[in-house]
Amino acid sequence: MSKLKVATCSLAGCFGCHMSILDLDERLFTLVDLVEFDRSPITDVKQIGYCDVGIIEGGVANAENVHVLREFRAHCKILISMGACAITGGVPAMRNRFTLKECLEESYISGAGLVDAQIPNDPEIPLLLSQVHPIHEVVKIDYFLPGCPPSADAIWTFLTQLLSGQPIALSYTQLHYD
Amino acid sequence: MSGEPSFTLDDQPVPFQDGQTIMEAARVAGVYIPHLCFNPDFAPHGSCRVCLVKVNGRPQAACTTPAVAGQVVQSEIEELQEIRRGILEMMFVEGNHICPACEKSGACQLQAVAYYVGMLAPRFTYFYPQRTLDASHPDAVIDFNRCILCELCVRASRDIDGKNVFAVQNRGLKAHLVINTPSGKLGATTFSITDKAAQVCPTGAILIKNRGYETPIGRRLYDRQPVNVVGDVAQVPESEGGRRHE
Amino acid sequence: MAESSTLAQTIHDIVQRHNSVPTRLLQILREVQDSLTWLSPEAIERVADEIGLSPDKVQRVAEFYSFLYTAPRGSYDILFSDNITDRMLGNRRLLRYLCDLLGVGIGQTRADNRVSIGVTSCTGLCDQGPAALVNGYALPRLDKPRLDRIAELINSQTPLSEWPQDFFEVTSNIRRADILLGRHFADGAALRAVLKRGSQAILEELIKSGLRGQGGAGYKLALKWISCHDAPGEVKYVVCNADEGEPGTFKDRVLMQEYADLVFEGMTLCGRVIGARQGFVYLRGEYRYLLDSLKATLQRRREIGLLGQSILGESGFDFDIDIHLGAGAYVCGEESALIESLEGKHGVPRIRPPFPTTHGYLNKPTVVNNVETFAVTAKIATEGGAWFASRGTAESKGTKLLSVSGDCERPGIYEYPFGVTVRRVLEDCGARDAQGIQMAGPAGHTISPKQYDRRICFDDLATGGSFMVFAKHRDILDGMRNFAHFFVHESCGFCTPCRVGTSLMRDLVDKVHTGHGARADLDEMRRLGRIMKAASHCGLGQTAPNSVLDSLDQFPEAWERRLRSTSYEPAFDLDAALSEARRLSGRDDPGAHLPDEQSDLVRLAKLLADQDAPMSDDERNLLGALP
Repeated sequence: MSKLKVATCSLAGCFGCHMSILDLDERLFTLVDLVEFDRSPITDVKQIGYCDVGIIEGGVANAENVHVLREFRAHCKILISMGACAITGGVPAMRNRFTLKECLEESYISGAGLVDAQIPNDPEIPLLLSQVHPIHEVVKIDYFLPGCPPSADAIWTFLTQLLSGQPIALSYTQLHYD
Repeated sequence: MSGEPSFTLDDQPVPFQDGQTIMEAARVAGVYIPHLCFNPDFAPHGSCRVCLVKVNGRPQAACTTPAVAGQVVQSEIEELQEIRRGILEMMFVEGNHICPACEKSGACQLQAVAYYVGMLAPRFTYFYPQRTLDASHPDAVIDFNRCILCELCVRASRDIDGKNVFAVQNRGLKAHLVINTPSGKLGATTFSITDKAAQVCPTGAILIKNRGYETPIGRRLYDRQPVNVVGDVAQVPESEGGRRHE
Repeated sequence: MAESSTLAQTIHDIVQRHNSVPTRLLQILREVQDSLTWLSPEAIERVADEIGLSPDKVQRVAEFYSFLYTAPRGSYDILFSDNITDRMLGNRRLLRYLCDLLGVGIGQTRADNRVSIGVTSCTGLCDQGPAALVNGYALPRLDKPRLDRIAELINSQTPLSEWPQDFFEVTSNIRRADILLGRHFADGAALRAVLKRGSQAILEELIKSGLRGQGGAGYKLALKWISCHDAPGEVKYVVCNADEGEPGTFKDRVLMQEYADLVFEGMTLCGRVIGARQGFVYLRGEYRYLLDSLKATLQRRREIGLLGQSILGESGFDFDIDIHLGAGAYVCGEESALIESLEGKHGVPRIRPPFPTTHGYLNKPTVVNNVETFAVTAKIATEGGAWFASRGTAESKGTKLLSVSGDCERPGIYEYPFGVTVRRVLEDCGARDAQGIQMAGPAGHTISPKQYDRRICFDDLATGGSFMVFAKHRDILDGMRNFAHFFVHESCGFCTPCRVGTSLMRDLVDKVHTGHGARADLDEMRRLGRIMKAASHCGLGQTAPNSVLDSLDQFPEAWERRLRSTSYEPAFDLDAALSEARRLSGRDDPGAHLPDEQSDLVRLAKLLADQDAPMSDDERNLLGALP
């Protein structure tokens, strides 16, 4: 049987969820026996191919996040929203209580120590959305795995259940929002 | 014993005394029904709707429905847990509940009840309302982003503290908690952290200053055991990670 | 200084006129606003002080009711009725027209504080719309020439009393009369009957009649009166629910306008039967224009011994009626919210039980019935229960008043025996090409042609009387969207499922209506509807999703033709969400946009770029269409 292909990425997140994947420690050996990693910060593969499972960390804060998220949706049979930022917008969504103008001016105009202050307009830099959104407000999501980050145990439970076709059932200590 | 009337809650007999609600009788019998706006020290309110049960097949709030002998009450059934998850999701998308950035996280009853009913994600579209934070009081801070309108602080301050510090104004989705002073600031009131109103908030909307993140993750109130075992944060003594003053 | 002392004096006088009684608070605030055009913080403080209430309680009331303003409004305040029937008659076009004429935006007050224009929920003039209220007084049958004239009158600061009287003329449009509207009733006949035969005999007639509450809920009337009669306590109350807020209903307005004696007689009869000495009419604010004539009728009844002390000379038969005006809150049609409002508070429904028959107004036993119900009781007292029960069906005795509006030749009031088919009503009102009916208002049932043989009665189509016809050329979704917005405006905000659910439902309906929805959104509406129906605190939230859920079943094609071909669509407009950043950065390059993923160009580009992608039939067609 060919291995299932898995891709992961981080949008507007802190990579903490990916660190939690690394916390699987020796279970990673078992995991790579079951799956092949496609695009992921772990593999450094830049272009996503067709995958069975996509795992997204982080919310949607800018145009590039939208592009990457759409690409994952188009290439993955199952898409998983992992962590508080992907599910709720998380800490980056705390900027939603300010206007984008206030955020950009605080960073680029009135912040301390700025020289030649201006709001960047280089086409290389993705434009920010007016608010940060959870990823399920942009594409269809099949599974949610909460936590900030979800613990390695929660990730392990989730993945082994998913890969063996069982219903997902996290234990009490594995389900948390922080 | 034969003289005591009872109803069944998920097939288990629950005795009650005349005048008790289903919630009160269940609580005395040690059976948990999820709730947020209910607090045994106050008259039932019935606004959060999390305690929805089926009474002889009809959905009713357990906290406001009188116990009647022979009633058949269902609570722990998937149909109701699904509705409760939906109500919890509504609360999460209505306000700004950023758990990772909240001092109450781990000892928050809103979070604990959501864990209990198995909410994985608030799937409704977020409102991201523009709300404020009031740190004008020397000993307490109120973050309106986290208010779920249970009105426990309103009731506590008015009925027990006799201070009438809080109120709800406006209607519909515009309904919101206010501080009863011309400036609208908590610092301009006689509110004190020894007030009952300071002990009843089920979320992180009312926090005591200068003592955040005291308990390490893993040892917080709801880290190890669920709310049906641990109890409401307002009922657990401070020494055990709750909010009740000893 | 002079200004604030005038304010203090004005408020003092008004509060004194109401004897500083807290239950009069809503009435007091209405009058203060009439004098001052809005309720300033100073005015609220003053009222609180004069009555001896805490200011937050007064503020709570002032902020709750949509006709009370806590921000300045114009001395002419115009509110366009925004029911779907008004929309069918072109109210939005007229609204913009008047705004342009007067130079004021929708929902705004003109800088000179002369005029403000907004919209409000259905004003009960659906058979003679488009309608509006000016300073609370009804303006039916609006058209451009009339708005031209109104703009002149406002600009010349002509007092309302000098406006042409025909601007305010509300017609009754009774199209079909049966036993309630058709037979003469001699004032006092029901009261003579109860004096002659005794309360017990009248209760027996009411039991025999099988009469059920005509507001729509259908509770057996006799049981309610008996329960209140048997409730312990010396002081009891009779309350007439004239808060006819269900959009599309206006039969109570006609009863209050044409048959007020019959209604008051029914209330007085109830007072005698249950042992109450005081009655209240809770008249919706939109019907304020009826207030003077109703008060005059009450006064005449006092003068001829049908009201007041020793009615008909019977010592101990004392009963009087007071009228309270509402102030724009649909939820107050719910009987316990109505009682709260009657007590001068904001109208949040109470926890039930206990029910009003034992714990009602001021916690005393209270009967609350609808206007039509009271009118019928007076008839039953004189004509007998059997006479009434001879009409109608086994479970729904007697007749029902329907308020017919929308796309028909003869909108107005139709009285039918219970059991009449929808088809018969459509024939009688001249609705020849109806694609659907909204029955019993937005909270009721959405009916498609295959259901036109259903019967209007409690065991089939229960209704308070609203009957809105949608012709074939209408988009049924326009109605659903109007209703979804209505419930957002009217939710009291007390319980979570209704407070949040009504807004979530509105957003989903808007999303589909504007062509941005996908099938997943329809599923989400059903999920949301289930939660609201099961979990809401009162009937408002429990029924708010009805029209959406019904129309999903009855008019699936109306929803589906608006859907995109995808299974899922974003919750918000992605490209619009970049507009602020584009403006701030000054960028407008291709990378500064997020094109619609479903646009043919984007899909083609993707297909051409990636030959391995699995392809749907739709996409194969798209590629095949290339030159």
